[in-house]
Amino acid sequence: MSVLVLLEGADGHVKKSSFETAYYGSQVAAQLGTTAIGLVIGEINPADLPVMGRYGLKKVFYNNDSQLKDFVPGAYVSVTAKAAELTGATVIILPNSNTAAAIGSRLAVRLNASLASNVIALPEVTDTTFKVKQTVFSGKAFADVLLTNDRKIIAVKKNAVEVVEQEGAAEVEALMVDLENTDLIGKPKETIKATGKLPVAEADIVVSGGRGLRGPENWHLLENLADALGAATACSKPVADAGWRPHHEHVGQTGITISPNLYIAAGISGAIQHLAGVNSSKVIVVINKDPEAPFFKAADYGIVGDLFDVLPKLTEAAKALSQ
Amino acid sequence: MKILVCISNVPDTTTKIAFTSDNKALNTAGVQFVINPYDEYALTRALELKEANAGTLTVLHVGEADAEPTIRKALAIGADDAIRINAKPTDGFFVAQQIAHHAKSADYDLILMGKESVDYNGFQVHGMVAELLGITAITPAIKLEVTGHAANLEREIEGGKEVITAELPLIVSCQQPMCEPRIPNMRGIMTARTKPLQILEPVSADVKTQYESFSLPEKKVGVKMIDAANAEELIRLLRNEAKVI
Ligand SMILES: Cc1cc2nc3c(=O)[nH]c(=O)nc-3n(C[C@H](O)[C@H](O)[C@H](O)COP(=O)(O)OP(=O)(O)OC[C@H]3O[C@@H](n4cnc5c(N)ncnc54)[C@H](O)[C@@H]3O)c2cc1C
Ligand SMILES: Nc1ncnc2c1ncn2[C@@H]1O[C@H](COP(=O)(O)O)[C@@H](O)[C@H]1O
Repeated sequence: MSVLVLLEGADGHVKKSSFETAYYGSQVAAQLGTTAIGLVIGEINPADLPVMGRYGLKKVFYNNDSQLKDFVPGAYVSVTAKAAELTGATVIILPNSNTAAAIGSRLAVRLNASLASNVIALPEVTDTTFKVKQTVFSGKAFADVLLTNDRKIIAVKKNAVEVVEQEGAAEVEALMVDLENTDLIGKPKETIKATGKLPVAEADIVVSGGRGLRGPENWHLLENLADALGAATACSKPVADAGWRPHHEHVGQTGITISPNLYIAAGISGAIQHLAGVNSSKVIVVINKDPEAPFFKAADYGIVGDLFDVLPKLTEAAKALSQ
Repeated sequence: MKILVCISNVPDTTTKIAFTSDNKALNTAGVQFVINPYDEYALTRALELKEANAGTLTVLHVGEADAEPTIRKALAIGADDAIRINAKPTDGFFVAQQIAHHAKSADYDLILMGKESVDYNGFQVHGMVAELLGITAITPAIKLEVTGHAANLEREIEGGKEVITAELPLIVSCQQPMCEPRIPNMRGIMTARTKPLQILEPVSADVKTQYESFSLPEKKVGVKMIDAANAEELIRLLRNEAKVI
């Protein structure tokens, strides 16, 4: 028995979001009286791997097959299934990303496991039951779900646990798997990423803009504040639809749902579909010139005012803070 | 080209979610059900591909009879025929088994779905069907072009995209900006009434998850307003009071 944690990499390093996934896995392992073991696929700086001990992993399996530098759906499933077999994993923890979700659903079939997505807290475990809490209806509600198979796969959302670092280094072991040709279908020809930008889903702070910004030429107002706070930028759906911002920044019921520590919304009215995607943020700040904007009802802090005045002031204050 | 589009039937996105008094199920009183928004991208893109390459387009829903208006709407938008597998969709795996069982004998070139169903948000069914059928799923895709037997796709990843080519048959889950979803026109609505809707009985399938109860997020206690003339104060509060920066 063990808990297997799938760690994600980006630009040759283990992603920061995976530290949280690892820690979550170690806490589940503690609940079950077993150990947590990591798995990394792709080209990752080997020096990153023992460090995962700080997040509670006893061991990390490492597959650096040069064919798997980018995500290849079938192959990643096969490698993860192999790791699950080797470690006798009864629980497999994944981050709640597009890529990990694509692995999790196939793996659940291959391993005959119960699968839960969007999990927001540690499970409740008894001798006979295993229960998780997840968001449903795009963040408008929660569900308590019983995972009834012996094997469980859990995709964990950001901020599901508060990480406490500890001493210790993880043992590292190579895990190579012979792949079938069919495993390699769907291998990307090319990966295009907005370089040097923090993805919205992973950011602790998100600064977001709506139609109130009037056009893409005004986005520097948001970007300056985001830079001063070390934040990622996001937007409402009409902004992405109009092509002012790339689609992968669109948050909400039909965009990405996020749960950062701080969400700052400027010039966004707070439609129910927008709120659905952001209302599990810890702290919400709303800047809107209309005191009746529905978003204020969901906010912790609010400023009624013209964002063209307010954003530069906030940027200056944030800069002063970091100096 | 033979295309299958799988649609789920979900509360309209403006719905204020509420549960029954025992918190065991969604309170459906007054709730308008619609085609899952992501599935509209799948359906419209399927129509465009059918128009460009010739072929057939079937929509499939796993659900009970009350979903028929949603299925008819898909027919009105332009699907040729529809299948309803008559069972309550209890979890992603159950639905996937029904879809896979039907698709096994039907030889579809493409099976299109939405990225996720906005009710229980599994983001699961496409991958499960892929594994059950032993074919590849590209999920979630933001672009899908088909020439002959080859598909060119773009898949969304956090902060970017991947460019992919793959051979049919494929499962693809769709999201914006793949296409501009169509709405039914009058002629579509008229012809939808007479298009074939086949009802199939489900295959038995094991259930691996059980929804025990539902709850709603706690209401915010009240917003603290800061004067715009004194906006800097917000930054101080975020640092010292909320402790998030
Ligand atoms: C099926 C469906 C799914 C949807 N999914 C999503 C989704 O996932 N995400 C999403 O965001 N939306 C979604 N929507 C759209 C949603 O209903 C709203 O239309 C949208 O969120 C509004 O965007 P907005 O707040 O940027 O624009 P608006 O509603 O136009 O609001 C602009 C706001 O800016 C304020 N403003 C204007 N000028 C200034 C200024 N100078 N200073 C300060 N404030 C100013 C205005 O007072 C107003 O409140 C969906 C809709 C549908 C039908
Ligand atoms: N009951 C259902 N009937 C048919 N297709 C479904 C059903 N539920 C989900 N799907 C399809 O699977 C996709 C992903 O759904 P899910 O995994 O539930 O988030 C949806 O966008 C639909 O295309």
